[in-house]
Amino acid sequence: MLVDKVQEVFNEPGCATNQDKSAKERKKGCTKSLKPGAAAGGCAFDGAKIALQPIADAAHLVHGPIACEGNSWDNRGSKSSHSQLYRTGFTTDLSELDVIHGAEKKLFKAIKEIVLKYDPPAVFVYQTCVPALIGDDIEAVCKFAADKLGKPIIPVNAPGFVGSKNLGNKLGGETLLDHVIGTREPEYTTPYDINIIGEYNLAGEFWQVKPLLDKMGVRILSMISGDGKYNEVASAHRAKVNMLVCSQALVNVARKMEERYGIPYFEGSFYGVSDMSDTLRNIAKLLVGRGAPNDLIARTETIITEEEARAWRRLAPYKDRLTGKRVLLFTGGVKSWSMVTALEGAGLEIIGTSVKKSTKEDKERLKKIKGEEFHMWEDLKPRDIAAMLRDAKADIMLSGGRSQFIALKAKVPWLDVNQERHVAFAGYEGIVALVEEIDKTLSNPIWRQVRLPAPWDAPAPALGETAAE
Amino acid sequence: MFKAHQSNKAAAINPLKMSQPLGGALALLGIDSCLPCFHGSQGCTAFGLVLMVRHFREAIPLQTTAMDQVQTILGGYDNLEAAVLTMYERNKPEVIGVCSTGLTETKGEDMRGALTIFRKKHPEVAEKCNLVFINTPDFTGGIEDGFANTVTAVIDAMVEPASVKVSNRVNVLAGSHLTPGDVEEIRDLIEGFGLTPVILPDLSTSLGGRQPDDFTATTLGGVTAAEIKGMGAAVLTLAIGEHMRKPAEALELKTGVPFKLFDRLVGLEAVDAFITTLSGLSDRPVPARVRRQREHLVDGMLDGHFYFSRKRVAVALEPDLLYAYCGFLQEMGCEVTAAVAPTQSAILEKIRAWSLLVGDHEDFETLSRGADLVVSNSHARMSVSRSGAPLVRAGFPTFDRLGAGHRVVVGYRGTRDLLFEIGNIFLANDHEHSIQDWGLEGTTEGHHGGSHAKA
Ligand code: SF4
Repeated sequence: MLVDKVQEVFNEPGCATNQDKSAKERKKGCTKSLKPGAAAGGCAFDGAKIALQPIADAAHLVHGPIACEGNSWDNRGSKSSHSQLYRTGFTTDLSELDVIHGAEKKLFKAIKEIVLKYDPPAVFVYQTCVPALIGDDIEAVCKFAADKLGKPIIPVNAPGFVGSKNLGNKLGGETLLDHVIGTREPEYTTPYDINIIGEYNLAGEFWQVKPLLDKMGVRILSMISGDGKYNEVASAHRAKVNMLVCSQALVNVARKMEERYGIPYFEGSFYGVSDMSDTLRNIAKLLVGRGAPNDLIARTETIITEEEARAWRRLAPYKDRLTGKRVLLFTGGVKSWSMVTALEGAGLEIIGTSVKKSTKEDKERLKKIKGEEFHMWEDLKPRDIAAMLRDAKADIMLSGGRSQFIALKAKVPWLDVNQERHVAFAGYEGIVALVEEIDKTLSNPIWRQVRLPAPWDAPAPALGETAAE
Repeated sequence: MFKAHQSNKAAAINPLKMSQPLGGALALLGIDSCLPCFHGSQGCTAFGLVLMVRHFREAIPLQTTAMDQVQTILGGYDNLEAAVLTMYERNKPEVIGVCSTGLTETKGEDMRGALTIFRKKHPEVAEKCNLVFINTPDFTGGIEDGFANTVTAVIDAMVEPASVKVSNRVNVLAGSHLTPGDVEEIRDLIEGFGLTPVILPDLSTSLGGRQPDDFTATTLGGVTAAEIKGMGAAVLTLAIGEHMRKPAEALELKTGVPFKLFDRLVGLEAVDAFITTLSGLSDRPVPARVRRQREHLVDGMLDGHFYFSRKRVAVALEPDLLYAYCGFLQEMGCEVTAAVAPTQSAILEKIRAWSLLVGDHEDFETLSRGADLVVSNSHARMSVSRSGAPLVRAGFPTFDRLGAGHRVVVGYRGTRDLLFEIGNIFLANDHEHSIQDWGLEGTTEGHHGGSHAKA
């Protein structure tokens, strides 16, 4: 039952926020009840799709009326180095008749059409609000279709109205645990096999990290899910170590894989010089702990020394130009503290950050680095952000696309650091790219021009000046 | 009613269609000091909002009644009421427009009834703020339908019959296929005759790219509530696009203002008809500026037609825009090989194409094989990356180009610019002749043989 599943996800013990809650609080879940007329954010279906769609060779079929897929397909920046099938938008596009009579048959026909036409290794079928409401049993249809068609057909039961995007991420993860992970054996294994969980390869940023892992001799058994392959995800249970990226989104996957298959995991980040190094160290340490030869650690340290030196060398020229520039940081999925240390290394001054999606642990960490004075906002209204920018408290704002116009309309430089961004910011390469982007933006000559008042709005010149002409 | 052939797959693949509420929101965004809202779960609003932000590159006000599973089953009136109250208290908009969604429509929620109850319970809000509740189920129709239903609902809710006519006032019902730039051009043409247009909705003043002094949570710019109320005082309504017929009829019924429908404003003769109407209505000669614009268009047609003749073009757009593009291209000598629309519409009957289909981007990819040019929204970028055909981006959404809101194709000037844009693509892709081109019958093999031998 979906209700049980949602409850189970709310109870997630791996979630740091949850550890501080009472049993009763936990039951309420992590999604605050939304305020009608003053709410923003994606639905659970959106979250599940974000988590799973990057599995690139699978077909992703959305069971619902056109709103769910028609308005949203082709809007995510996850990149694939192999199949491009994941970018194809499939939907049952329910009509009024379907809503009246039920659409289970149509769903089966749609699955069959897709399998015959595209022959993907698997089809993910996403439930949405309307068919959930009329009682279409997608789990039964998927099971029937899998038997008939001889292929994994996977129900993703996260209709939008059960909750937020964040909950949807986790339900997407549960889907993998229930139906995918552990269903296949890898062709071979090595002592260096890891899974990367919670990395979506936005703007292809994982490709900034992969060469480092290659150089260490680490093999990525599966990506969950950026640039992912279905069969690799299915055999993820044979990895020696799991890396969990971006804390909370898929923590349930990492924790349950530890429980079920004894795979240890660590939380890491690819953002910023020191975080990147810590991540590589952790991978090496855990792999050695699971039987990989000892020299991996020394090899990793050599790579870290070289790469850090190179990164700082490349960042040095920016330092003079950026020192003292004030940054407002509003990140969604990206861990704030990790970005903060990285940007400060380049001379920037971070005047405040949002911590809406950060854990208590993250906040403590930030406090330690930045002191009690540091601004951490739980929830800042657009109006307040605008006021802050207008009073010129910041030279640049880094945030997601949603808030870009607050900055741009106030004529304050802005850079996209969330989902839809086109620049890759991961690893040692990425931090240099990010600083280069900030520098480019700050030094663009438009800022002075766009702040000029229209000549007819400008205060009239003093009499003497006119006479001089 | 005429029905175009419909693709009968169980799965839509790479959808061309977008939802009714999205069209509803688009219409509401052309009304000043307005807050559009979807009565449904928060995700529907988030997707719609992101899509419009990507297209217009503007902040988009759009709220949600934030229904969850339990509330949906129990009935959504409470959420609707709470949302309207919150929106009113926080932002004091002049207009609040609420579009239903698939979710609330499946439950069969009665928007009309909800409005009556709300008015009774909260007269203090209903007196100060114009409330428009609209039925826009996701599972029927598409953007055009939602847009038309919303314009109709706004007219029903807000326009008042007028006893006195203002002789130079005209109403314009501007369809969803018109960009803010198009609307601006239409206003310009009308004002050139000394007429004063009231444009519903007016995206040109709200989504053209504003520079506000302060942050606003509502729309900024667009037709005002007072102007809408006064639409009964106009002498004529100009309805632009077939899907504006229904709202035009509603307006006529309510106020007695007759309407004239222009199914497109792209192409020489189509614009001629519009200008003739304006001239007759204002009893003024056509301004010199507009005469020059017509001359320039005619000149462009003469210079450009070489490159258009017999070119094969495939077009996939919302019905009225589809009709406008297909008509113009044919008038320039092109063959329209495929015309694909996301939804049924009466206008499809007027489209002449080798194949006409209500379908998706996958159907369109198949039908547009071998075309010299493809015209569609940004989603077609994937299929043209496979086929290699040049793509002219038009319609909604256009998220991978700048200035989607300022693309002007209406009027003599807009038609001329479109002609040059497309003509230049044909010109650039023109085949340059080589020595192999004219081998005599039976000897072409020889030529090929020669080159093979060399290789
Ligand atoms: S909230 Fe429900 S109906 Fe709306 S987009 Fe999400 S899944 Fe679809």
